[in-house]
Amino acid sequence: MILDLLRQAKASGDFRPLMDAIPYAKWLGITAVEQDGALVGKLTFREDLIGNPVIPALHGGTLGALLESTAVFELFRASETVTLPKTITLTIDYLRSAKAVDTFSIARITRHGRRVVTVHAEAWQEDRNKPVATANIHFMVYAETEMGSAPASSV
Amino acid sequence: MSPGVSDPESKAELLERLRAAFTDLVPHNRAIGMELVDFDRAEGIAIMSLPYRPELIGNPDTGVIHGGAITTLLDATAGASVFTKMWSTAAVATLDLRIDYLKPATPGQAVLAKGVCYKLTRNVAFVRALAYHEATGEADPVASATATFILGSRGSFANMEKK
Repeated sequence: MILDLLRQAKASGDFRPLMDAIPYAKWLGITAVEQDGALVGKLTFREDLIGNPVIPALHGGTLGALLESTAVFELFRASETVTLPKTITLTIDYLRSAKAVDTFSIARITRHGRRVVTVHAEAWQEDRNKPVATANIHFMVYAETEMGSAPASSV
Repeated sequence: MSPGVSDPESKAELLERLRAAFTDLVPHNRAIGMELVDFDRAEGIAIMSLPYRPELIGNPDTGVIHGGAITTLLDATAGASVFTKMWSTAAVATLDLRIDYLKPATPGQAVLAKGVCYKLTRNVAFVRALAYHEATGEADPVASATATFILGSRGSFANMEKK
């Protein structure tokens, strides 16, 4: 079902139905829009995303989720194959405390190998030049024909 | 969340107080349903749980929860282990977090995470953490993480009353 939605999204260029089918991304408030040929992820601010109420600052985990989701969607969009990537490792650097406002992110594929794809993602808030967090992610990708034997993937 | 070193408070009472603080003071912990289930001051250990909920699913075909929810659990648990080791309400901020995804979480099962703050310096805390299911335990983890935290950042919980 997810792969069907991915096929449709790649054909139509509209990824919203696919995003809406991922319960966690929908619950957290993660969306993505194509902007100037790039995919920009957005985490819409909500009170219950706060991890430190004193500053206040967003929970680090929600930034990690935005970065990982943006990387997956960039992979979906840019990759020629229709596969569900499986995260192998994820390394997040937290650069500034993320304020109680909307957060945006963009991902770039550093290397697309046959089995491993490396993606770098960056998140910012009001100032594009002041990233709040960056992530480097290694994904395992499988060719469509191998999907049957591939382990269950978390999107 | 004051230390209360001289209080004749039992471990169970203290755990309940800390559990309530982690849930009540941190909106996202409450929203996602994470709870502190155990701690060990001497060892700098915190254990937290994340319930299995439909809204946390990342792959609707398999019901496996999203990596982002595991990231959130590991970040929170690693942070909690730093608080346990410091035994103060001083603010900490995650500097970096590296997660190895070892296997998909089992649908329908809660995920536990154990964080160990194994080194605390004046400015930095170093943490190892594992995410696992109760049934299979730490020997067969879902994910493994290492994290570092910078201490004494803005946002001390001791300032809660002043806000």
